[in-house]
Amino acid sequence: MIEIKKLHKSYPIGKDSLHVLKGIDLHIKEGEFVSIMGSSGSGKSTLLNIVGLLDEHDEGEYYLNGQLIDNLNEKKAAILRNKFLGFVFQSFNLISYKTALENVALPLYYKGMARKERLKIAMDYLDKVELKDWANHLPNELSGGQKQRVAIARALVTQPKVVLADEPTGALDSTTTDNVMDLLRDINNEGMTVFVITHEEEVAEQTKRIVRLKDGVIISDELTNINSKAV
Amino acid sequence: MFDLDRWREIFQSISKNKLRSVMSGFTVAFAILLFTLLFGVVNGLSNTFKDVFSDDAANIMSVRVWKTSKPFKGLQTGRRIQLKNKDFNFVKEEYDSKIQHLTARVNRNVNISYKTKQDNYSLQAVHPDHQFLEKTIIEEGRYINDRDLKERAKVIVIGRLVKEDLFGEKPAIGKRINVSGISYQVIGVFSDEGGDNEERKTFMPVSTAQMIYGNNDNLSQIVIGYNPDLSLDEAIAFGNKMERDLRKKLDIHPDDQSALSIQNMAEANKGVGSFVIALYFIVIFIGSGTLIAGIIGISNIMIFVIKERTKEFGIRKALGAQPSSIVGIVVQESVLITTIAGYLGLSLGTFILSAIDDGLEDYFIKDPSVSPGIVIGATITLILSGLIAAYVPAKRAARIKPIVALRAD
Ligand SMILES: Nc1ncnc2c1ncn2[C@@H]1O[C@H](COP(=O)(O)OP(=O)(O)O)[C@@H](O)[C@H]1O
Ligand SMILES: [Mg+2]
Repeated sequence: MIEIKKLHKSYPIGKDSLHVLKGIDLHIKEGEFVSIMGSSGSGKSTLLNIVGLLDEHDEGEYYLNGQLIDNLNEKKAAILRNKFLGFVFQSFNLISYKTALENVALPLYYKGMARKERLKIAMDYLDKVELKDWANHLPNELSGGQKQRVAIARALVTQPKVVLADEPTGALDSTTTDNVMDLLRDINNEGMTVFVITHEEEVAEQTKRIVRLKDGVIISDELTNINSKAV
Repeated sequence: MFDLDRWREIFQSISKNKLRSVMSGFTVAFAILLFTLLFGVVNGLSNTFKDVFSDDAANIMSVRVWKTSKPFKGLQTGRRIQLKNKDFNFVKEEYDSKIQHLTARVNRNVNISYKTKQDNYSLQAVHPDHQFLEKTIIEEGRYINDRDLKERAKVIVIGRLVKEDLFGEKPAIGKRINVSGISYQVIGVFSDEGGDNEERKTFMPVSTAQMIYGNNDNLSQIVIGYNPDLSLDEAIAFGNKMERDLRKKLDIHPDDQSALSIQNMAEANKGVGSFVIALYFIVIFIGSGTLIAGIIGISNIMIFVIKERTKEFGIRKALGAQPSSIVGIVVQESVLITTIAGYLGLSLGTFILSAIDDGLEDYFIKDPSVSPGIVIGATITLILSGLIAAYVPAKRAARIKPIVALRAD
């Protein structure tokens, strides 16, 4: 599903440049539940943004669903994101003036789906994250956990191939954290590839594979014991 | 091109972000309002000018005489100049091709009575052409004609108000009235758009007046309606030449304004024309200034709005929004707001102008109004600038990498 070879990424800082990713090799197959661990500043978000086509890499190769990602223009990237990817952010990134339902339905609008149909589907997904009763509330009327569940519903609504989550529990307390991780595990159990960034061991341990990043290189890549339990 | 979902997005964004919508709308509405008022007021001013000069025919010049103020050819200063029939005939023959209408005038104040009613009125003894030069409108009967002139007929044409005074509702045509002791037959009643004073006048043949008042061939004035085919400059040259010729003929110093002068509407018209043109230049200058201020206003607000929405655009892009859709919603929103606001400003402006109507006539502003063309042009200009003002920053915002946009706050 995601294949990365010798990936490099630097950020220009003034005249110098900061080399953040220093040759990453990573292969994530369809249906995996992977977490990226690493201390703050190790390049986790950078990697995820490249995978999510929100940013571009400098060197190396990246295949998404078998397609080589190279010199994409914004339009093509937008189409690929809409078709294959769902995002969950640490800060939720809901549109503040839209209701929960409208936020969830928005990706379907960009898919070109008719309004009636997309509201119906969005409602189904809100139901799935147990927020049907909150459908017509604005984000600022929801708790952090509820917001993140809306965001997850929004990430799922287009039935993407991969869900990318950048510290989805970073802003949540421990109960809601478990809640959100349960939800991600359910999604994965339904066959979706889930790719989570975290710096919390407890969170990482709930995934099936942990990739550890340090100073821009992968230092370990191992399966967790959840794997043996599952299936 | 009609995309209901797009419109829904835009109406939502406008209604959920009232302050910024109102702000940008206000700028536009205000600019159009000022523009409309400005043009209206100037149109009012120029209406006043047109009005002042529309009572009498515009292509008029008149010869007036008084006393000499300069000695000439051994003649003393202070000599009284008198126009005579031969001067009238000279003008008639000498400048025939340049003249459309020609009349002389003898002015007097007279006492007119009919039965028990009587009052003082001003009398002008004239040639038939006088009717056209004064834009006299015959309501009943007829004006003075060549035959009256030749026969020195004792006939009189009276103003509408004179008729009312003397005859009330009763018919006046054919009746005889007493003008300073001599009986005249009323042959016509006239009205005049120049106001009440004009309608308190009376007209009789110049030859009749010359015979009755002093039995001479004196004239008070000669009035010429020059050929309307002449340009203003040609008409001015004609007036100047005639002035020189007449001074020479009457032994007046060539520069003696006091003794004989020609008052030429062509000169006044040229002055008014330049004044109105200058006025419009000022308006175009201030008007485009207002519009430019409006345009800059929208641009600034749009830059601000787009900056504020950068993060939202980042989110939309992450969800699959293409750059063209981002540009589209911003531009469409801006154009919608400028159109509505422009329309409001325009309506308010026209409303105020129509409310003013003739209320400011004391300030020389008569019936202020704007031609729809100019205002629609201004509104279109603003809408286009709303489009461009939104397009440029929106295009830039749409190019920002989603990751950069998402980080914005
Ligand atoms: N746009 C950027 N410009 C410059 N430096 C950046 C940018 N984004 C991230 N960095 C730097 O790159 C490094 C890795 O950042 P990031 O991938 O966000 O780390 P993590 O998510 O693991 O905390 C950090 O040192 C960060 O300061
Ligand atoms: Mg990070």
